[in-house]
Amino acid sequence: MALLEVRNLDVRFGLRSGEVQALRDINFSLERGERLGVVGESGAGKSVLGFSILNLLSQPGYIAGGEILFEGQNLAAMSPKQLRSIRGNRISMIFQDPMMTLNPVLTIGQQMVECLLAHRKISRKDARRIALQKLKQVQIPSPETRIDQYPHELSGGMRQRIVIAIGLLMDPDIIIADEPTTALDVTIQAEIMDLMLELCERNSVALILITHDLGIVSQVTRRAMVMYAGRIIEQGPTREIINDAQHPYTQGLMNALPQMAIPGQRLNQIRGSMPPLQNIPTGCAFNPRCDYVLDVCHRELPGFTRSGGCKVACHMVAQMKLEEEAAVHALEVK
Amino acid sequence: MIAFLIKRVVQAIIVMFVISLVSFSIQDNLGDPLRELVGQSVSEAERQELRDEMGLNDPFLVQYARFAKNALQGDLGTSYFFKEPALEVILKKLPATLELVLGATLIIMLLSVPLGVYSAIKPYSLFSRAVMGFSIIGISVPVFLTAIGLIYLFSIELGWMPSFGRGETTQILGFWGSGFFTADGLAHLVLPCISLASIMLPLFIRLIRAEMMEVLQSEYVKFAWAKGLSPRRIYFLHALKNTMLPVITVGGVQIGTMVAYTILTETVFQWPGMGFLFLEAVNRVDTPLIVAYLIVVGAIFVVTNTLVDLIYGLVNPTVKLAGKK
Repeated sequence: MALLEVRNLDVRFGLRSGEVQALRDINFSLERGERLGVVGESGAGKSVLGFSILNLLSQPGYIAGGEILFEGQNLAAMSPKQLRSIRGNRISMIFQDPMMTLNPVLTIGQQMVECLLAHRKISRKDARRIALQKLKQVQIPSPETRIDQYPHELSGGMRQRIVIAIGLLMDPDIIIADEPTTALDVTIQAEIMDLMLELCERNSVALILITHDLGIVSQVTRRAMVMYAGRIIEQGPTREIINDAQHPYTQGLMNALPQMAIPGQRLNQIRGSMPPLQNIPTGCAFNPRCDYVLDVCHRELPGFTRSGGCKVACHMVAQMKLEEEAAVHALEVK
Repeated sequence: MIAFLIKRVVQAIIVMFVISLVSFSIQDNLGDPLRELVGQSVSEAERQELRDEMGLNDPFLVQYARFAKNALQGDLGTSYFFKEPALEVILKKLPATLELVLGATLIIMLLSVPLGVYSAIKPYSLFSRAVMGFSIIGISVPVFLTAIGLIYLFSIELGWMPSFGRGETTQILGFWGSGFFTADGLAHLVLPCISLASIMLPLFIRLIRAEMMEVLQSEYVKFAWAKGLSPRRIYFLHALKNTMLPVITVGGVQIGTMVAYTILTETVFQWPGMGFLFLEAVNRVDTPLIVAYLIVVGAIFVVTNTLVDLIYGLVNPTVKLAGKK
């Protein structure tokens, strides 16, 4: 059994102007110790996916259907109390902006100890000892003084280390990291990323890495999913997705990388922009921007086609596969 | 800390100087104190002589210098009506007013925090909507109308509460006549305190609700949820502490304002406090008393604001009072 299995997840926002489908038909699984990358443009639903795994969607978002099975238990149907025993304990989350994640009026120590006390029956003194130990693990210099300081007394990189320390406090099974390095200085990004990976590796923590940085995904993760307008449009081994993207959108993302540009030429980009969730085109959501658009793309939502180790939601790929098979069949008949 | 206090004291002196200048300068425009002081029978020549004697014909700056010199020695002039030092007359009435403000502040603090927090956590519940509706009414209805309505309902129709005065008071600390220690005194406090609180309470509920709703949307509250903390800890520690920071700042200023609002409440309830006294002084053109009142109220403002800044500095770790470690 997979550690985490998401089945047919459907997330909606009940807005005054009507229901908006933020995530549709999300299916994926995560094994113990695995690293999974979630890639996509802003607004593709990556963060919503992260929050819905912990059933932490804020109003007016809600899980409208599907299952989130963590060790076989459905998080989408759990009581708030049961959920609390999982959040921060078995599955923890690291947020994007360390400047905003820590409470400005509580000390680092208070914010760490409270998490330990919420999940374990231990004394305050023991909790503080564990907190200090975790601060050492994330290489905070002189943790004994830092633990009694307030967030504003620390730098951004230091704060993200503390957020990571809080994420690892209970030795969770899964960490969901939502753009953990985006808000940081480029020089610190690599440092923080390495630290996080090392700690995940050492404790065999599974990592769901939400990012728009394809470089990080290719270096760090073994499997990846590409999201577009609330749907997973391609998922499979990271190497295959990076080297041999099937979906026209993923191909577009790859071509848009600055490394792919020829010096002196304009950078490549995908024309148009992602549709707002209230106004997703019928058929394939990518059809207005796609170079290979077919008639069927305007009418029908594409199902998944297997291609190598990947699953791709694209009519064009499906048709190519059919033609390929027909050709192979014809050869065999001959 | 010491440096902070010194800075604030210097600021306070400047503020008090400006207040004294402004309040002293209005006395020329308040009408003729002589008309109230002496009867119809006194001739114009005698009046002129009296004015000279009292220094009312001197140039403004000379008058102010004389006033300031005396004021620095604690003498804010002598009330024309009471024939007593104005400051003493006012300080005698100060306990009554401060108890009224204290009672109203207690009502506001005890009610605004729970109501504001609840209506922020459950903004769509029927109760929250009712609170919000009533708060609009509370803000819109003027104090004197609320006061008269309360008197009509609870004193006249139901007969539960006394309608005027302070009732029985006890002396504490030798000089302070307090209504907080007798049943009769407390009964007399209820209606005036409610009507004084009626304007500020809705304001505070709305302020706390708005701040709290904003804080609940913040990343650190989301992170607290992701840590698996109990809702109680998230609402009442993580969120409330951040909510109260701006509320303390606004609240402190409002308590000062409430001292001024007592003029209305005290008049309706015939409350023997500073505000009531001030209104009488205006009617009698008792200029020294008016000036002294304005200066005392100004001093109360300055003191409360300094206290608020101190408390804010203690609660908010991101503010460093000079020298605080």
